[in-house]
Amino acid sequence: MNSWLDQVSALLWKDLLTELRTRELLGGMALFTFLVLLTFNFAFDLRIDNVGSVAPGILWVAFSFAGILGLGRSFVQEKDRGAMDGLLVAPVDRGAIYLAKFLGNLLFMIVVEAIALPVFTMFFNFGVATPSLALVIFLGTAGFAAVGTLFAAMAANTRARDVMLPLLVFPICVPVIIASVAATSLVIDGGTLTNRLGWLEMLAAFDLIFGILCFVVFEFVVEE
Amino acid sequence: MNVRTLPLPNERQETRGGTLTWLDGLLAGSSAVGFVVALYAAFVYAPTEAVQGDVQRIFYFHVSLAWLAYLAFFVVFLGSIVYLWKRSEWWDILARSSAEIGVVLTTLVLITGSLWGRPIWGTWWTWDARLTTTLILWAIYVVYLMLRAYSSDRMRGARYGAILGIIGFADVPIVQMSVVWWRTLHPQPVIEEGALPPQMLVAFMISLVVFTVFYVFLLRIRVRIEWLKEEIAQLQESEG
Repeated sequence: MNSWLDQVSALLWKDLLTELRTRELLGGMALFTFLVLLTFNFAFDLRIDNVGSVAPGILWVAFSFAGILGLGRSFVQEKDRGAMDGLLVAPVDRGAIYLAKFLGNLLFMIVVEAIALPVFTMFFNFGVATPSLALVIFLGTAGFAAVGTLFAAMAANTRARDVMLPLLVFPICVPVIIASVAATSLVIDGGTLTNRLGWLEMLAAFDLIFGILCFVVFEFVVEE
Repeated sequence: MNVRTLPLPNERQETRGGTLTWLDGLLAGSSAVGFVVALYAAFVYAPTEAVQGDVQRIFYFHVSLAWLAYLAFFVVFLGSIVYLWKRSEWWDILARSSAEIGVVLTTLVLITGSLWGRPIWGTWWTWDARLTTTLILWAIYVVYLMLRAYSSDRMRGARYGAILGIIGFADVPIVQMSVVWWRTLHPQPVIEEGALPPQMLVAFMISLVVFTVFYVFLLRIRVRIEWLKEEIAQLQESEG
């Protein structure tokens, strides 16, 4: 068990180190999020009175778009120089590969989201960063990354992989987007805790069910 | 006429994929007769609904199609699980064929629903829970077909398809739950509650049975075509 966790942490560390040295992923994701927010600014016009009603949508569109960008790289970078084959030949559990990739993707997305929130506040002159929002964002991002990591591994091996990844992820992640946007709205509106709890429970249930399911079926993606 | 003179893998011969049987004829014939009966039951036999009028008659086909679409996607789910477990090509072909038919059925569900929604709700489309779920379901299986088309390696495509077949079907209840919380406008189911007049129930049951027979027929034909395709591909390979 201990060695299994060692495998996960070694794989995760490898991805983090690669990112620290190349800095190609986080910079791109952050800049892209910045541009999505900028585009929304023009799309909705700066003079809107009720930023609160559009804020959840803007945030989650920006998060999920940036997420897709990051997820796409996570397995493509392994394939580019044949590193994936090395990884599969190495005596490493397939589940450990999935978990490490999932944690890496989750971490990158959260870093980008942490950068995006202040930018959003600045652009729209609307403060959103609260502790209760952090939980919503964490649960929503975890569900998105759990499904996304599995599909990224699949999409990396198909033709037109850049097209396939969002097509696979978005329909399956509809519950995550609905629940995250709804919970974010309630946090912004200061809605009752009971309502918010329902959505949070749904996000947690999605994370649990699809986390386990994706973990289990991942070995079928990478067998060969 | 005998295609069986060519050497085929054992698995092939067991499934008798290449030949039409008496069963296919029976299914085709009963579907053809059944559709005439179902049309008669829906348009003549069933009484006109008091509030909605004749527009309501689309319900018999609309709901049958929707049930069959769910059945088709359940078959995809089943075929996917068994494929990953047994690795028998037949289950993959079954799943893929059922997905294709399911997409057609779901498309028809959306169209017939729209035709009904326009006079009754006054709009072609609305973001009600059932409509939204059906649309997402449709999207998932259209992507499934795309994934199959974009997988360069056949075995890999089968595995990926199976994974999406499982994940996609597991997603349906949670999509349903999330959009129900989100909003609801669709008429609540009336069939289980016994609120439907007996004649309407009969018309609906006829339609459901006929569509089920027709689905089984289509599935058998589709699976057979895929087998023949595989055989041709293998023959071409063996001839270099």
